[in-house]
This record gives sequence, structure tokens and C-alpha cells, in this order.
Amino acid sequence: MVQSTVGRPAGDRHPDKPPLSLQNVHVSYATRRGKVQAVRNVSVDLHAGESLALIGESGSGKSTLGLAIVRLLPETARIEPGVITYRRKDREVDVLKLSRSEMRAFRWSDCAMVFQAALNAFNPVLKVWAQALDTAQAHGWHDKPAIRRRLVELLEFVQLDPKRVIDAYPHELSGGMRQRVLLALALLLNPQVLILDEPTTALDIITQRTIIKLLRQLKQEDHFTMIFISHDLAIAAELADRVATMYAGRIVELGTSDDIFYRPRHPYTLGLIRAVPTVTGGFEQLFSIPGSPPDLVKLPSGCKFHPRCTFATERCQQEEPELELVGAEHSAACWNWREVQAELQRNPLHRGALNVLDGIGSEVEGS
Amino acid sequence: MAPILEVRNLTRQFGKGRETVTAVDAISFAIEPGETVCLVGESGCGKSTTGRMVAGLLEATAGEVLFEGKNIRQLDSNAYRRYRQTVQIIHQDPYSSLNPTQTVRQILTAPLLRHRKVKNSAAAEARVLELLEIVDLTPASDVIAKYPHQLSGGQRQRVAVARALTVDPKFIVADEAVSMVDVSIRVSILTMLARLKREFDVTFLFITHDLALAKYFAWEGRITVMYLGRIVEDGPTQRLITDPRHPYTQALLSAVPEADPALAQHKRQIELRGAEIPSLLALPPGCSFHPRCPYVVPGQCDRTVPALEPVEVGGRVACPVRKQDAVSLLV
Repeated sequence: MVQSTVGRPAGDRHPDKPPLSLQNVHVSYATRRGKVQAVRNVSVDLHAGESLALIGESGSGKSTLGLAIVRLLPETARIEPGVITYRRKDREVDVLKLSRSEMRAFRWSDCAMVFQAALNAFNPVLKVWAQALDTAQAHGWHDKPAIRRRLVELLEFVQLDPKRVIDAYPHELSGGMRQRVLLALALLLNPQVLILDEPTTALDIITQRTIIKLLRQLKQEDHFTMIFISHDLAIAAELADRVATMYAGRIVELGTSDDIFYRPRHPYTLGLIRAVPTVTGGFEQLFSIPGSPPDLVKLPSGCKFHPRCTFATERCQQEEPELELVGAEHSAACWNWREVQAELQRNPLHRGALNVLDGIGSEVEGS
Repeated sequence: MAPILEVRNLTRQFGKGRETVTAVDAISFAIEPGETVCLVGESGCGKSTTGRMVAGLLEATAGEVLFEGKNIRQLDSNAYRRYRQTVQIIHQDPYSSLNPTQTVRQILTAPLLRHRKVKNSAAAEARVLELLEIVDLTPASDVIAKYPHQLSGGQRQRVAVARALTVDPKFIVADEAVSMVDVSIRVSILTMLARLKREFDVTFLFITHDLALAKYFAWEGRITVMYLGRIVEDGPTQRLITDPRHPYTQALLSAVPEADPALAQHKRQIELRGAEIPSLLALPPGCSFHPRCPYVVPGQCDRTVPALEPVEVGGRVACPVRKQDAVSLLV
């Protein structure tokens, strides 16, 4: 029932043609201090029905990359060089070449962005119904009763009582309700791709869980293609099929969720995982990464992570490594990834799962 | 050992008339010297209000705060000043808690001179450099001349810690002290705080919404869980994390997203009867968790506020229905 109304029609799924392909994408900002290189040389294919998490700290370029895909960056930003290709059924478009009006159509009906549920993601003087109507009409849909039916259906899908919500102003809703309304609004025009920027940040724990359950349902039952942007590794572990670690504007590691969490090959990914505790399970020794993220105007030479990296060698100071295959579906941009592998064999990760779950240990390196 | 800090029936209300909100409702707990206690809960549970009352920044509506056995409202002015120095608070946001127009030198020198911790400005300078070394802001001679905007979030939070240390506190309330700091840096700040605890005998009340951080920081200490102004459960961290007894604690622990795909898959999902947290303006009668609780006993849970009672496994639980029953958090 939900599948037929909210989900993707089966014809949308072309396993060999990714709905979204990013090739060599760069984003820079002109500032008084100079050019900020927020995203550098990002290439990644997003497969139909897959969920990809972009993880990294503030300034890593993950949000900029998300905004670049729907071209919502401020005017001082330039996306070049780079190609973003979007495919739906037999249609193939170059997102960066779309005109303003084509871009507006693309934004909600092909690729919807779900922002963090702060109040400013809404127009504060419009009721939920008016926001939906506005959106639909802006995209040329004027059948009011049909729009209302669709909205009611979506609000029920995100487990809200339409009667209570549809005529409410944003400020009358709690944070969790606002996030669910945003999700319902994003689905209004039946997009193929959803980009979710910090979908659970600033929500209470139990509310986070209801949002995670909802997103899992969208993923598992309705096969939406999704990009999660989060500083919280737990969101990636809970929701992603694949994870991309970003550092100083680049993807430095890309792999399945298990690759990234149990077999990381980039020292930065390893550092992040060793810095984050789990709740269930025994005590984990945690370590922080020395130093702080780089100044994007004056990036270090060579590998941008080398000043903070314990594996750094002379080569790292001079040459920036490209992503190379380190496993079947796993790539990392590190000259010394074999050293990282050896280090993990010497000092295996002590994740919560290892302490608690039997049979999981065999999948994890070094145990 | 006598507790360094004790609160008895501590209560704080905001607003008046029908708009009165009881943010903290008659809570009692004690903290021994050298102990690390984490106060956890979701927004609106009263954890920050409690922290502010403990630090003397907010007056209690009822109940008392005892510091080293003495009620802080009955101290004479000298003793009160000593208490305000001995108990320091570190706030969440290092962007708004440091004066942007002052250098690190000015920020740290002022309290040293004001509280006569040093004799003259030369001694102050030396002490500031020493404090910067203690919080791992090196080279101290570079950092001392900087303005807050020239520092990263993590470095600012270290300055905030150094400022708390200027007055030689024995007790530090850390209110979401690392929540705004990047994950890669968080651990180093927690490690630094843990070192202060050992080297300077500082007792910590660590307030956070992040159970994973609470577990890590207070592994040898205790966790107190609050819900809508009341303590629902407390106990040694290792017991509370592995064998939670209050249905709310269980729901919270089962809901926490885990940074580990296998754990995320194997977490037990506790279904609540209601997703939304009730408003403090219209608190449910009896146990405030009863409208959401999967184990609710009608006629009991909706009538009387359950007392916080000791459990054999350690700590206290405010749930007569479920306090004997262990629940596995994994499937």
C-alpha cells in the first residue's frame, strides 16, 4: 500500500545506469582572503536504490557537495570544472547546464533536499498545507484536491496525524514533527533522489530513532536513492549502504558500510572511528586525531591530511594521492593504506559489537 | 566519605500562575569528592537547570544545595564567594562564552587578579602560560596573544577550561562541554578533563544528552538519568549501561544510534506507546513516562509518582513495576 503510493515505480530502477553521477566536481568560493576550495575533484556514482553517507567534520565539504547537486550554493560559489549527470528512465541531463527554470523543476520533482529541521527550513507564516500547495503550484500542479490527498497520504506515511498537522504553523510543531513534515514535503513531487542534510542532528534521541526507522522504511521498502550528509558516524552506520569519508573537500575513502567501519584504509577514517564511542557493549579506548582541520584557503601541500597523520611519510608531503582500489568495492586515497591495514592487524578495532555479539568478530579485521 | 555536593528535594519552577513550569521537581542526589557523575537526558529534562543551580547561577525555588555539608543559601558573604570560586561551570558554546574583544591573555588574567590568585601582572602572565600548558594549548606563548576568533572551536573550549581553572576549583559542572566540538577533537578534550580530575582532584558533574560520551567519560563513575524534571534512574555507569531497569532508560539506550553497523542491526527496538515527549506545561499525573511506557499498569502508574528506590544491582530506580526485571538491549 505504502509502496505503491510513496515508493518508486519499478521501471525507474536501472541497475546499470546510476541515477546520479558526479565526475571531477570542484566547488570554490571567492572570498576576500582568497579562493576557498570547498570541494575538490569528487567523482562518485550513486546507484539506484542505494543510500550513500557523506561523513566528515565541519569544513570537509560534505554539505557544499550536497548543495552543489541541487545548485543551491550562494552566488559566490563556482562549480567548475565538473559534470553532474542525472538519469531517470530514458532521460539524461547535465545538471550544471540546466537553465534556471529547468533547475527549479529538477529540484523538487527529481532530486529533493531535506534540510535539518530548524525553523528556518520553513516559511514561518505559512501553514503546512500552504507550504505544500505553494510547492506543488510552483511546479505546475494545480489540482488542489489531488495535492491535498497526496499530502494527507504522505503525512500518514511519516506517522503524523494529518488533521493535527495540515493546518499548523511550523512553530506549533516539535522538532521531530517538523523533520517529518519536511520529509513528507520532500516526497510530494515523487523525486527519485533524496539528499538529507543532517536529518537527525539536534533532535532528541527517541525522536532520532523514529526518524531513522522512517528513513529505513523509505530505503528498504520503497527503494529511494538517498544521500545522507552527517557529521555523526552513527547515522552512516544505521542507514548507509556505502560511506564516503570526506576531508578538506575530497573523498578520501569510499566503501561499503562494513568496509569503512571494520576495514578502514585511510588514516582519517580510522581516526574518526577510533574517536567515537558506542553505547552498547564494553569500554572502548578512544583516541583523538591530533591537530585541527586545515585552512581551506591555504591547504597543505601533498596529502591534505599529512600534518595530522601518524602514517605520513615524505611522499605524503609532496604528492597528493588519488583514490585507488583497496578492496572489491573499496577505495582509499592514501599512499600508506597497507600500513593502515597492518596497524589494524596489530591493534584491532574494539567496537562495541566485538564485545557483545558472537560471530561478528570474524568479519572484523585482525580478530 | 562526606559528599562534596548534595542536593535535597531541589526544585525549580519558571513562569507563574497557569503558565508555571516545574523544570526540576524535588530531585535529591549526592556526589563524593573525586567522583565523576554524568547527568543525562533529553532536552527539557532539567539537566542544565540542575547544573546551573549547583553552580550557583540560578536560585532554587525549593530544596537545597549543600556544598561540603553547608547549605549555599546560608553562607556568609566570604564563604559564599569561596563557594562560587570552588564550583565552576563550563558552558556548551565556546563561541559565545568568550568575550570576542579580549585576547586569551586578558580573558585569563582578569579572574586571576580579581580573585587575588596572583600578586602582580608579571605573576599573572606566568600563571596564564602555565594554565595554557595544562589545557594543552601549546605553544602557550603564541596562544596567549590571540583573540577567540583566531582559535578553533576545540581550542576555544580549552580556553574556557583554563578560565575555569584560574580560581582553583574543586568542582566543575561541564554542561555539554564537548557537544559543539568536532568528533576528532572531542576525545582529546575529555582526556584533558579526566587528567584534571586526577592531577587537581577536581570532581565533575558532566551534563550531556549523548549517552555514548557519558559512558566513556564516567566509565568508573555514575550516571543519573532525568526525564521531565525528575530522576528516573541512577547507578554505577557500567551497571546502568548494561542492565538498565527503568523503562525510560531502556528506551533511551535502545534508541541511541550506534556508530557500528553490526550493533545498529542488532539493537533491540523498544516500541513506545507514544513518540512525542509530553509538555512540561501539561505533565501527565503519576509517573510522567506512563503515557509512553510499554509496561504501564493502569491504576498504578497514572496515580502516584513512583519513589526513587535502591535496587540490588546498584543505584536507584523510580519504577516499582519493572525495577527487578533485566532486559537485553540486543537481539
